[in-house]
Formats: sequence, structure tokens, C-alpha cells
Amino acid sequence: MNRTLRAALFFVVAIAAWELLFRAGIWSPVLVPSPLTVGRYLGEALIDGTLWDATLVTMRRLLLGYLFGIALGLPLGLFTARYRLLGDTLGLVALGLQTLPSVCWVPLALLWFGQTESAMFFVVVMGTLWSMIIATDNGVRNVPPIYARAARTMGSSGVHIWVKVMLPASLPFIVSGMKQGWAFAWRSLMAAEIYVTILSGFGLGNLLHYGRELNAMEQVIGIMLVIIVIGLLADKILFSPWERFLHRRWGTAR
Amino acid sequence: MTVQTEIQNETPSKLSVQHVSKRFRSGGRVVHALADVSLEVGEGEFICLVGPSGCGKSTLLNIIAGLETADEGRVFTGGAPITHPGRDRMVMFQESALFPWLDVLDNVLFGLALKPGLSKAERVEVAQFYLKLVGLEKFARSYIHELSGGMKQRVALARALAPNPRVLLMDEPFAALDALTREQLYGDLQRIWQEHRKTIVFVTHNVREAACLGDRVALFSPHPGRITAQFRVGLPRPRDLNSVELARHATEITAALKGTTVPAEEFAI
Repeated sequence: MNRTLRAALFFVVAIAAWELLFRAGIWSPVLVPSPLTVGRYLGEALIDGTLWDATLVTMRRLLLGYLFGIALGLPLGLFTARYRLLGDTLGLVALGLQTLPSVCWVPLALLWFGQTESAMFFVVVMGTLWSMIIATDNGVRNVPPIYARAARTMGSSGVHIWVKVMLPASLPFIVSGMKQGWAFAWRSLMAAEIYVTILSGFGLGNLLHYGRELNAMEQVIGIMLVIIVIGLLADKILFSPWERFLHRRWGTAR
Repeated sequence: MTVQTEIQNETPSKLSVQHVSKRFRSGGRVVHALADVSLEVGEGEFICLVGPSGCGKSTLLNIIAGLETADEGRVFTGGAPITHPGRDRMVMFQESALFPWLDVLDNVLFGLALKPGLSKAERVEVAQFYLKLVGLEKFARSYIHELSGGMKQRVALARALAPNPRVLLMDEPFAALDALTREQLYGDLQRIWQEHRKTIVFVTHNVREAACLGDRVALFSPHPGRITAQFRVGLPRPRDLNSVELARHATEITAALKGTTVPAEEFAI
């Protein structure tokens, strides 16, 4: 049987089981809504635009902070790999801060920036930056030394060797770092949006939060599903194919 | 500069290794990789350095390449002391060291791109000339992971030849290949060397390979690394790895390598 078909069948069965559980009436319909109710909510939210708007707001916040985090983390990771002093200092800081769950930045961001977009931006950047630094640093350290040696015999040195050899050579690791950075940024943004109401934009996390306030379980579950689907798509469409391609061509496949 | 003048043979360079010593510190003890090694290599000569692993032959190659520096002694190419890597001395490594993010043509172009005086179109022409020389002109747009081990080393050879070096340094370039592929490459390398004279320093631990390729074979012994004997191999080219004559030379060199023989002069051929 075709793999896609098998997966589709699995979800049909899972939803059917959910519907059956709902009909069995064991739990209150307020706590366990039927898949149809959730579907109806999602349909309505799509038509009146709330879902689409919230997704846009969330994705804009995510992309801004994420791209900034990468643009900052990539060169910093190169520097920590290149200069021992930076590796021993900034590298250690990055390692420490990466272990800090990024939701822990939210209180600090609120105190510093108030309930503003800047707070969101800050939280997403903190989610991305450290794992990007660590992945780039790690990538450079994993470059086979023979590449640099070969490049030097061909007259490459200094900036040229970094841009033309070290950077492309570590690309598979950098993309893995970008994937991890994305996952962290996504988690931290959701946490921040649930935690903080910002009047300049109403994201998916805000919708989730209001679902709870309104006791609207179909909204809570519906938004959770949307968040899951976005995460899955990012992985399946954006990162995993790139990662596989790079590891294969670079000969770093594991 | 035109493509024609670019691919015309650069005069091969004389190499002079003078009293070179090198020590490494590894795990608290000092390894004497090279002890007062001297070696003269003539213009366009093909010399093979043979010895067991750890005898310092690769270290000497790296010093000639400018990738490592000697603790004592000096190395000269064409009269000039070697201080750092240079395009007059190109290196071919055991692993291909080709860049997987570039296709075959761009790999060959890498060294050329850093060479001043050629336009982009001329560089491409030069690169294609060398790809043709190693028989891979049809694979210019292939990526490295799509090539077999032998093809990779052919690309590496083209890449090393492309900047038109005066010395070619080869560090066990065929060691990882299967026997059949290796024999083909022996033939190709001899042909290319005869057409485009380069001074070649070829490091190997395979005595037959050394006898097949070298004008001269220098034997290294370890702890401390030094040259213990030298043999001249006067067989006509192209040489066949499986010829009886070659086997006889190889046997003599092997005997000397095992230290079971009388002084080297008696075996110099």
C-alpha cells in the first residue's frame, strides 16, 4: 500500500475514533467537542478571516525574529569557531543560554519592552540566536581539515577560505541548526503569544488563549491543530528535504 | 595571457631539501618525524618516497607544500626558499579533498580562479583542457558524490594540474582505490607526466607502485624519520606494473626496506 494512502487512512480512523468517543458521551461535550464542531469552528474562522489574520501576524513575528537571529548567529558562530577567545567566552554563553527554555525570556522581555511587538521580536530572536551560533560553530569544527589544506595549496587564504570553503563545507550543519532554531523560535513565540496580549496584532497564540477564556474547547483544539500543521509543514517542506539533500551531496549523511 | 601560453608547460622546478628536521609532540612524548633529511630532486624528475607509515615521508611532503614548517633546515624550489603554500607546488591528497558543494568543473576552476591574468572564459577553457586530459570532459557538470573513487582522483589530478604548477606533490593518491583502477591511473599518470613534464614527489608505502612510477625511489625509515637508501629505476616507459623486470626492482627495494640487505649502493640500479 502507498505510504501516503496509509497515513491518510490512519488519520481517518483516528478522527472516527474521536467521533465515537464523543458520541459515547463519557465526557462533557464542553471538554471533548466532536471533530465536526472543531471543523466547523475552523471553517468559520477561515471564512471570517480571523484564522488567516492570526496566522499572518504570527508568521510575520516569527520570520522577522527568526531571520534576524540567523543573520546574527551565523557570523557569530563563525567567529566563535575561528577565534579561541570568542569560543571560550561567547561560545560558552551561547551554550548556557541555549539550555534556557526560551519561554523564560518572556518575563524579561515584558519588563524591558512592555506589551509591544519588540517584546515578541526579542523572544523569537533569543529562541533562534543561540542554537544558530552553536550549530555554525559546530559545523565549522566538523569541516574535514583536508578541505582547508587543499584550498591553501591552491592559493586561498583569509576571508576567501572562510567564504568559499569553510562556510559551504559546514552548510549541512548550519541547516540542521536553522531547523533547530526554527523549532525553538516557534515554541517561544507560542508561549509569548499565550502569555501576552499585544494590541498591535492578534496571533495564533492569542486565539488559543482566548479559546480558554471563553471556554471554547473547539477553538482551543482547532488552533492547536493549526499550530501542529504549520510545524509539520515547516519541517517536511522547508527543512527536511534540504537537510537530506545537503548531507547526501556533502557526504555527511548519517 | 592566452589559454595556449597558460597550458604550455611551465619549466619544472628543481627541489632541494637541506638538513630538514621536524619533531611533533604527541601525548606527552616527542616524535622525531624527520631527522636531518636532505634530498635533491632534478627538474622534471619523478621521485617516489617509500616507507612504512609514520616514517615522516608525508611530513616531508607537507613541508615541501608549505603546509607545515621545518624545525631545522630549509627547502628550496627553483632556488627560492619555501615559506608557505604556493601554486607552483600543487598537492594531491589520499582522499580526493574535492569540494562536494561544487561540480567537477568548478572544482578544477577553484585554483585557477585565484590565478591572476586570465578571463573567466579562458579559465573555463583551461579547466576543460585538463578534464579532457584525465578523460572526464563528459563529467564537467557532475557532482563529486556521483563519481567513483577513481574518477574523483582523476578530478583531483586535473585540479592539481590546472594552475600549471612546477612541482606536483602526491600523498598516496591511489592508496584507497581498487587494484584495477589503480593500474589504469598508473598508465594515465605516466602519460601525462611524459607530455607535461612536472617535478613529481610521490609518497607511497607500495613498493611496486614506486618502482612503476618513479625515476628514483627514496626509502624512508621511521624513529627518527630519515632516508636510508635510494634506487634509480631505469626501466623504459610506459611501465607495466606486472612486468617481470619491474617485479625484480620491487623485490630488491622491498629487501632493502626490510633491512635485510647489504649497503644500498650495491643495489642502486
